Amino acid sequence: MSSTQARIGCGAGFAADRIEPAVDLVDRGGLDVIALECLGERTVSLAALRKLSDPRGGYDPMLRKRMSALLEPLNRTGTRLVTNAGAADPVEAARMVRALGAELGVPTTAAAVTGDDVLDRVDLSAPAWEDGAPLESHGEIVSANAYIGADALLPALRGPAPVVIAGRAADPSLFLAPLAHLLDWEADDWERMAAGTLVGHLLECAGQVTGGYFADPGRKPVPGLARLGYPIAEVGRQGGAVITKPPGTGGRVDRMTVAEQLTYEVTDPRAYLTPDVSLDISAVEVSDHGGDRVAVRGARGRNRPQELKVSVGYRAGFRGEGEISYAGRGALDRARLAAEIVRERLGDALPRLRADVVGHSALHGEALAEGAQPYECRLRVAGLAGSQAAAEAVGEEVSALYTSGPAGGGGLRVGTTEVVGVLSTTVPRERVETGVVVFEGNAAE
Amino acid sequence: MNIRLYDLAHARAGDKGNLITVAVIPYEPARYPLLCSALTPERVADHLAERIAGDVVRHRLDNLPALIFVCPRAADDTVTTSLFLDAHGKSLSSALLELEFEVADEGAPATGGA
Repeated sequence: MSSTQARIGCGAGFAADRIEPAVDLVDRGGLDVIALECLGERTVSLAALRKLSDPRGGYDPMLRKRMSALLEPLNRTGTRLVTNAGAADPVEAARMVRALGAELGVPTTAAAVTGDDVLDRVDLSAPAWEDGAPLESHGEIVSANAYIGADALLPALRGPAPVVIAGRAADPSLFLAPLAHLLDWEADDWERMAAGTLVGHLLECAGQVTGGYFADPGRKPVPGLARLGYPIAEVGRQGGAVITKPPGTGGRVDRMTVAEQLTYEVTDPRAYLTPDVSLDISAVEVSDHGGDRVAVRGARGRNRPQELKVSVGYRAGFRGEGEISYAGRGALDRARLAAEIVRERLGDALPRLRADVVGHSALHGEALAEGAQPYECRLRVAGLAGSQAAAEAVGEEVSALYTSGPAGGGGLRVGTTEVVGVLSTTVPRERVETGVVVFEGNAAE
Repeated sequence: MNIRLYDLAHARAGDKGNLITVAVIPYEPARYPLLCSALTPERVADHLAERIAGDVVRHRLDNLPALIFVCPRAADDTVTTSLFLDAHGKSLSSALLELEFEVADEGAPATGGA
């Protein structure tokens, strides 16, 4: 069933991404497969928390809305879909998609990829990568998910299900797996694994390679950003690829946008590690063909890591926040005075506390803001506490600035949220057993 | 003369675990050697000192060309537990482009891309 070329698109680059560009990709992209990357490092932990209180809360809360828009065009065009939006519960997500298909009159078989949940088999006394302290010493552990790869997705792709839903599959693997399936690549063909992983890396943030997160008016203009088109890769059997986007959409695909995405979140360009391969991008050649078409080739690959990375979620307390704005002459001094007042009133109650002046120095500190006098600015106070009540004190003291703080404060916002922290460790491959659960579109619920 | 990195290069920041990455890409590949000599890891660490913690590692991508700076963050400043407004550090690309350095006068700034 191998082809000489595969067309794959990316219809979502994060959990809250827009839906319309994905529908357009399926309608007009001539795709074999569309992938939706919907899972950040902590998204799966938050989903695990939701699942504790709601048995159907374990998958991406936007998945139903996404699939409501996509099932009909997927069915009409014969496009397959691969996603990690199953989050903490891919089985329940696949069951929902099957039921949704029946409801919409588009019977759909959905396959769930299981096995990334390793909470029962990860060593919680092992040191966290981040600080070397034992994982379990950080707080109550709520989730542990291994980054599973193309080998976990392929059995589902070899079956008939047009929709394949995983949990913590690694982002590039969502692209590599369908490419390997369509182009008959072997799992130990490291050059091909590297080529497919490079395509996945370039596409996984969706609009970030087609002109999203790029525009700087007057300096780096992007046409039609409101109508940004999402990316398509045309991938050859040897692994060379052309990155492009649907005609008539906004955005730009050129050497500059591809270079920014190629280098994005890369901590070692000679060893970008995924469950599938160690990718070396140092010899990648980027050729701008014009007309929103950029060719990439030259990815190198080496043997995949023997251990799989695991994201471990733990309850890290509560974050209390409060914001209030000041304007006009002396705005900055009044915001700073307000910060001092809040600090003094909160005293030692919150050992972890920040007060920043938004519009001045909140993003990068005082040195780069030196001498600037904003017309308006906003005090932001944030503190982390072990209990919700202790965290709420931040908002209470910022609120009190109305009547007992500097002159002219306005636009108060306060809030408290539970914080789920994420730590990293590894698990030996052989301890992770992945599987596939298929929900037949024509079978009864 | 002094030149601002913003006039020579574009940048994108990202995060992975407790690291922030900032990639710097010259508008004109001919300016890459100048960036390599001006943007030492020490210089970048000093410039971003209020947001990062510790030594910066620099990777050269001569082929592209581009530089990638890998910046550590404080132990209690992970993306999920950070108290910074920009918990990811995504805006650090703009901070780095503010960096100014000395060049010989013949090196007039490039006028940019697109």
